[in-house]
Amino acid sequence: MSGDPIYTEMIIEYSRNPSNYGKLENPQIVRHDSNPLCGDSIDLYLNINDNKISDIKFDGKGCAICMACSSVLTEMIKGKDLSDVKKFQKDELLAELGLEHLIKTSPVRIKCALLSLKALKYGVYSYFAEKMNDPDSAGNLKEEASNLY
Amino acid sequence: MQSTSETFEELRKDFPVLNRRVRDDKKLVYLDNAATTQKPNQVIDAISDYYQNHNSNIHRAVHALAEESTEAFEATRDKIAKFLNVKDSREIIFVRGTTEGINLVAYAWGRDNVKEGDIIVTTEYEHHSNIVPWQLLTQEKKAQLKYIDIDDNGELIIEQLDDYLKTGKVKLVTFSHVSNVLGTISPAKEIISKCRSAGVKVLIDGAQSVPHMKIDLTDLDSDFYVFSGHKMLGPTGVGVLWAKKEILEKMSPFLGGGDMIREVHKYETTWNDLPYKFEAGTPNIADVIGFAKAIEYLEKIGMDNIRNHELELTKYALEKMKKISGITLYGTKEPEKRGGVISFNFNDVHPHDVGTIIDKEGVAIRSGHHCAQVLMEKLNVPATNRASFYIYNTKEEIDVLISSLQHVAKVFKL
Repeated sequence: MSGDPIYTEMIIEYSRNPSNYGKLENPQIVRHDSNPLCGDSIDLYLNINDNKISDIKFDGKGCAICMACSSVLTEMIKGKDLSDVKKFQKDELLAELGLEHLIKTSPVRIKCALLSLKALKYGVYSYFAEKMNDPDSAGNLKEEASNLY
Repeated sequence: MQSTSETFEELRKDFPVLNRRVRDDKKLVYLDNAATTQKPNQVIDAISDYYQNHNSNIHRAVHALAEESTEAFEATRDKIAKFLNVKDSREIIFVRGTTEGINLVAYAWGRDNVKEGDIIVTTEYEHHSNIVPWQLLTQEKKAQLKYIDIDDNGELIIEQLDDYLKTGKVKLVTFSHVSNVLGTISPAKEIISKCRSAGVKVLIDGAQSVPHMKIDLTDLDSDFYVFSGHKMLGPTGVGVLWAKKEILEKMSPFLGGGDMIREVHKYETTWNDLPYKFEAGTPNIADVIGFAKAIEYLEKIGMDNIRNHELELTKYALEKMKKISGITLYGTKEPEKRGGVISFNFNDVHPHDVGTIIDKEGVAIRSGHHCAQVLMEKLNVPATNRASFYIYNTKEEIDVLISSLQHVAKVFKL
């Protein structure tokens, strides 16, 4: 089955060996999220220093798409400025794994691909809103998260 | 009808959707029958015929169309009563489906009969529809919800029921006749007899039993029984709540509105007779009439023949699947103790990945938690794959399922 549009070598490899998998000790942000229909369920852990994502990890159970996308997202976002997180769009993540087509072809599986991004956007929002008591700085992250899929 | 596999294969011509090709021009292999079954032409045509020739509201107007519609609607009620050996068809209440039936009982019976400290007993292998309504009720009433656990075979540990009954606080025991995930057939008669001696009411979720085996409600003698039409060749949006007349008569109504009333005054209302007291508003007339054709279709084949056909398919599938390395099968290994439902996991591949890959081969199964998260927790898995069979499935289709799993192995380099 070479040329499978979803299950590429990269996705299978990441699902077997996810990157940044595990917990952070004393994380500043913990965000849990799940897809009620398929059973994907992850926790995202973040530390923020100087307005940068100084560390990020995830753990949980999910399908190959969810595991691969969570891995790649954490790789892409680690060390980035919070302003970059605000700008970060789902297309960038999907393109990294060649999954842009899911938006059109699989409204069900797109949820697996974007679960971690949803957790990230919500997590950063809650950091500003609850920890820093500064919801304005979070901008429309919450709205973006709730409209991801 | 003779119950040979050829005669069952003959039935396929009545189901237009089974000729579908899906994805890359693959023949559809539909093995998601526990979710919903396909519909034969007889049912589809009856619904069209109703809208084309008879459409009218029922029970009120005196014109010709209204009389025809009312007659066909009520004839379905009688047919269902006969199908389940219910003596009085006024005990057949039309609802949207199993979920609504259970909610009706939880709301209308539960609110009047369950008090603080009382116990409702359910089981670990229930569908969410037989858990959540009872959580809502017990939370509102400060009552308790208790579970009968399952053993390693996926069977209920019945001794736990004895312990609950000894407390004297149990008001209702509610369980699925056949588990929608494990296929386990519950020991319904044993449970009912224990509850009878304790004076406790029994509700049975028959969503996975009525479509697949002969059910005789007079012989079974529970208090409530609910099931859905769409899991037995009928249209979506039609289900049945059966309950004993004495109970229904004492129960408060569920929904208020038209048809369920006798007289309405500014500040008080008297209720209509059974079954109309529980059927407020214009019902799903067309689909109820279509459902009659589904029952006729099943009766013609014979429920015992259907059970035997599914048993044969289940035995065949279990034998084949046991031989695949890396497969985990859930539920009892004895086919006679289960319905035509097989839940499995394949190595450590997430069920959603299995489902997506075999879908490309045209195989439709269900991947997920099957609305049974309590059971998933017990099995300690996030989800399972589930293949479920019905009258039109063949051994060749099971072969396609088995070979499609080879694709999964290839993709995941197992």
